[in-house]
Amino acid sequence: MRGFQFKAATTPSDAVSSGADTAFIAGGTNLIDLMKLDVVTPTKLVDLGPLSFRGITLDSAGLHIGALEKMADVAEDPRVVKKYPVVSQALLKSASAQIRNMATMGGNLMQRTRCGYFRDTDSPCNKRVPGSGCPALEGENRMHAIFGVSDSCCATHPSDLAVALVALDSVLKLQGPQGTREVKLEDFYLLPGNTPDREHDIRSGEIITEIFVPAKAWASRSGYLKIRDRESYEFALTSAAVVLDLDGSTIRDARIAVGGVGTKPWSLPVVAEALKGRTANREAFAAATEQAAEGARTLSQNGFKVSLVKKTILRALSEVGGVA
Amino acid sequence: MHYRNDDTMGEPSPNKGRSSRRHFLSQLAALSASLTIAAPAARAASSTERSRPETPDSEQPESLVDIVLKVNGQEKPLKVDSRVTVLDAVRDRLNMSGTKKGCDHGACGACTVLIDGKRVLSCLTLAVMTQGKEITTIEGLAQGDELHPVQAAFVTCDGFQCGYCTPGQIMSAVGCIREGHTGSDTEIREFMSGNLCRCGAYPNIVQAIKQAATQMKGAVS
Repeated sequence: MRGFQFKAATTPSDAVSSGADTAFIAGGTNLIDLMKLDVVTPTKLVDLGPLSFRGITLDSAGLHIGALEKMADVAEDPRVVKKYPVVSQALLKSASAQIRNMATMGGNLMQRTRCGYFRDTDSPCNKRVPGSGCPALEGENRMHAIFGVSDSCCATHPSDLAVALVALDSVLKLQGPQGTREVKLEDFYLLPGNTPDREHDIRSGEIITEIFVPAKAWASRSGYLKIRDRESYEFALTSAAVVLDLDGSTIRDARIAVGGVGTKPWSLPVVAEALKGRTANREAFAAATEQAAEGARTLSQNGFKVSLVKKTILRALSEVGGVA
Repeated sequence: MHYRNDDTMGEPSPNKGRSSRRHFLSQLAALSASLTIAAPAARAASSTERSRPETPDSEQPESLVDIVLKVNGQEKPLKVDSRVTVLDAVRDRLNMSGTKKGCDHGACGACTVLIDGKRVLSCLTLAVMTQGKEITTIEGLAQGDELHPVQAAFVTCDGFQCGYCTPGQIMSAVGCIREGHTGSDTEIREFMSGNLCRCGAYPNIVQAIKQAATQMKGAVS
């Protein structure tokens, strides 16, 4: 690991004016790993831990989660479990118990891809060294994306939490040297295009202060299904966050987002639209799911994700919709 | 990360006067570090190192920090490089080698300790970020000669083979029981999935955790 100057933040304004080449650290579960690998080499490290961006509150507007809340605490919060089960389930299927005790909500959303070429400084990678090339497009790409792929990058976004939050139309509150602003989480993540090194709509010095999930009474009928090579402690091959608004057996509205398949957390409004007005049964779910992989670009080793992601959504819909 | 080996030198050894395995290994590590420094050309030629030029510590005096670590109830003042993890601090600076270094990247759980009562990975925790917090390592579990119920259960259930992952398994199990995730074998397996055992002692580890959980529920705390 390269040397760095360490500083514990005292106030938010002090933290956000730390200057260029500063990395912010909270739980450290992703950043310290990447620093040990020399993938990320900040000269200054500012610990956000002492700041007060904490607390989980539920009011008439929705759910407010402080960015420094730990994954484990949010996952086990009774209000989150009851009102937003998709968030709790996505968190509990992430990482391990130890990592969930360390990692923060904001940090989870900022975690970097698990692409092996990105993590290996001996390999070219357009995300790490712009213009150096993408070996994954023709190389080891079984774990890689089928949505949002460009000629520069096909790395998947690894967060489960982000998939659940995108499905719930969540908003991030940011604070920077120029003040505060809000960004819809789905727009916060950028497509790789020709600039895969630019991953987020975040400006120099900005930090995430709060995650806001707008009130949605029907979010209590939601769930997260994650398919992986191992039963636990593994990143997704495919995953689906499903939220259903049922009026009796009629689907009034729906939200669908998928993970493990996109260069960013991938929402599927086309599937949600196809469900609206239909009776919640296996046939309706299967018909809507058929459109899930439209526009997919598969690589040499990940073609299986087209059918797997459809089956993942179908099973998630069936479980959440109570259809055997 | 050869700077760690230099830290070990000149510190009082807990095994003064007898030639321990630990002392021998630290001497060996210091020797290999000095050989590495003496052969920069060979080091530069090594393929694993070629894209990782190392900046000598001497050029970064600002990265040394005075801290106080509270480990197993005892306050330990230390001057550490800001890069030092809790894992390296307890093993190499405090000579408490119970906490094990497995992958050093947060994948295996061998380095699990409790910080403020919660199980965490010491390999991904910077020592400078744990000031004012209570660190509990495997050395802090037993009360004198009386083993902690989880330690005792690992012995009676034969919850290990080679033993390398065991301190991490035990610390994680203590956390798992406290969190209340021992309702079934499936729940124990899910909530212990961050601790790998390459010997495959999993069935006995699950048994040990069940036994200890039952015992700890019955105990007055």
